[in-house]
Amino acid sequence: MSTNTMKLSLGPVLFNWPNDIWSDFYARVADEMPVERVYIGEVVCSKREPFREQAMGEAVERLQRAGKEVVLSTLALVTLPRERHRVVATAEDWTGLVEANDITAVSALAGRPFAVGPLVNVYNEGTMRTLAGYGAKTVCLPPELPLTSIAVIAKAAAPLGVDTELFAFGRVPLAVSARCYHARVHGLHKDSCQFVCAQDLDGLAVDTLDGERFLAVNGIQTMSQTYANLLADVPALAAAGVTALRLSPHACDMVAVAKLFREVADGARDGAEATTALQGLIGDAPMSNGFLHAIPGARYQLRAQA
Amino acid sequence: MRPAKGSLELVCPAGTPAALDAAVAAGADTVYCGFNDETNARNFPGLNFSRAELADSIARAHARGCNVLVAINTFPRAGDVDLWHRAIADAEAAGADAVILADLGLLAHAREKHPNLRLHLSVQAAAANPDAIQFYVKQFGVERVVLPRVVTVEEIAAIHREITCETEVFVFGGLCVMAEGRCLLSSYATGKSPNMHGACSPAGCISYREEGSTFVSRLGEFTINRVTKGEPAAYPTLCKGRFVIDGKATHVFEDPASLDASQLLPGLKAAGVKALKIEGRQRSRAYADAVVKAFRAAVDSLDRGLEIRAGALAALTEGGATTGGAYRKTWR
Repeated sequence: MSTNTMKLSLGPVLFNWPNDIWSDFYARVADEMPVERVYIGEVVCSKREPFREQAMGEAVERLQRAGKEVVLSTLALVTLPRERHRVVATAEDWTGLVEANDITAVSALAGRPFAVGPLVNVYNEGTMRTLAGYGAKTVCLPPELPLTSIAVIAKAAAPLGVDTELFAFGRVPLAVSARCYHARVHGLHKDSCQFVCAQDLDGLAVDTLDGERFLAVNGIQTMSQTYANLLADVPALAAAGVTALRLSPHACDMVAVAKLFREVADGARDGAEATTALQGLIGDAPMSNGFLHAIPGARYQLRAQA
Repeated sequence: MRPAKGSLELVCPAGTPAALDAAVAAGADTVYCGFNDETNARNFPGLNFSRAELADSIARAHARGCNVLVAINTFPRAGDVDLWHRAIADAEAAGADAVILADLGLLAHAREKHPNLRLHLSVQAAAANPDAIQFYVKQFGVERVVLPRVVTVEEIAAIHREITCETEVFVFGGLCVMAEGRCLLSSYATGKSPNMHGACSPAGCISYREEGSTFVSRLGEFTINRVTKGEPAAYPTLCKGRFVIDGKATHVFEDPASLDASQLLPGLKAAGVKALKIEGRQRSRAYADAVVKAFRAAVDSLDRGLEIRAGALAALTEGGATTGGAYRKTWR
């Protein structure tokens, strides 16, 4: 099956990477990464934002010069006045698409074209239509949706001119909290966290007491310890009407990751075979695609069960 | 009974018609409940109301001056939204005083098809600031928002200065440490989604194992805790488990403790809160009876300017431990 209309997007960096690593990463995205769209901006913690401002401006400019569509991402959990102002200001200042990761941003963006991120609950065709009515042009669906739901929602989205994107690579965002787990684990308070989250470029692993690899913490966010990998599912996703795949940045060679997804999406490479190559890029990290197959999200299943 | 003017409204859980009657008798101003299917976020076996039970229960509650709210607060499954639409229509026909919704599409449907039905925004919608709350008020005419358990008492006061609807806050029972309706942890471990199927860490996915003198509790394929036999073992809710980071075992997300905000009632009232919510539709009738009576006494004390008795409900909390949760900034 040809899947050559499938677009690739790079999600926002969810981790607190030091500025030099962060800037080098986006330089490489601009120069080398085969993705059409780049989401950029702080999603997890507003305390990280001030340190990124200058680097952010430079990265956006470089990405645009390279021909990427730049979408500004906004915070997932908005409670403080300065966080609300930041969301509203981003919506007002940016002429391109802004990605809502909370209803706060949907409220600020309603009436103009905007993007909906995977942290907004879009579980059905009714909600897809409601958001399209507000101006949503592209919706990245919640990672826990099974393929059956994705197909129904994508079918409703297509005639409305809305792109259906799916989280296809990287540790899966599973929860947000008012509490910072990075600070808690280090015996610190959220207000005096010393930015300990910057020590873990891919998040901090959480195992069970029996040594099972389970979750990862990233500031106020809890993620899967597994890396989502939907390479082998690309033909099924295309058939279901998914129009874009989101790759979530990690410290591994993301250009190589994107090339694998590009080759599989173009039908130039088999997804199962590419999965072996992907494993080589992420070391011993476990993979998952269980949500898609309506089994525990932590599992990986190569083929849909009959 | 409906609350006296200026008094906080006590909103109590009912998992069964008998529990509803008990809550009404114990002094609830309002009772909330759900249908016995996946349209509500406490979809547990043997719990909740049939259509006939709901209509009868609402009639009994109304006869005693008590309001009934119906929670239809999961996120409808794509392709099957009719089940949720029917729940709204049936709740209205049964005489519900309001429905509690979370899904955007469902709110839009309710507003369009049921213009006279009062809408409350579920905690599952996680509307945590005035912009988000006012969005639901303006788009759908939501008349009350159940605040997510991520805001402090001071933040609630600030929210009230900017919103035009009522708020309801949780004051007792199980405590989500994650933003509600935005947590996929249980689904990740079990394949059963609280958002879609209406149950977190469901009993059917829990198993126990004995290893010598150790008692191991597991959720799906993951160990949630190990305790020495005889030690109290809390229900293995995922986020209350003990896990290992850098070789150190801790309660990474939250210690097993129940929310008890009874001592915070004066602050919550001063902040502008309209209604107090008690969690626990899945709990026993005896539990509901004790909690409702204690909070009835607390609200009455507050109205009369008397001190609220501390620790009245210690026996009903998880491991006897309580927390003010996110209402106190130090929790973060």
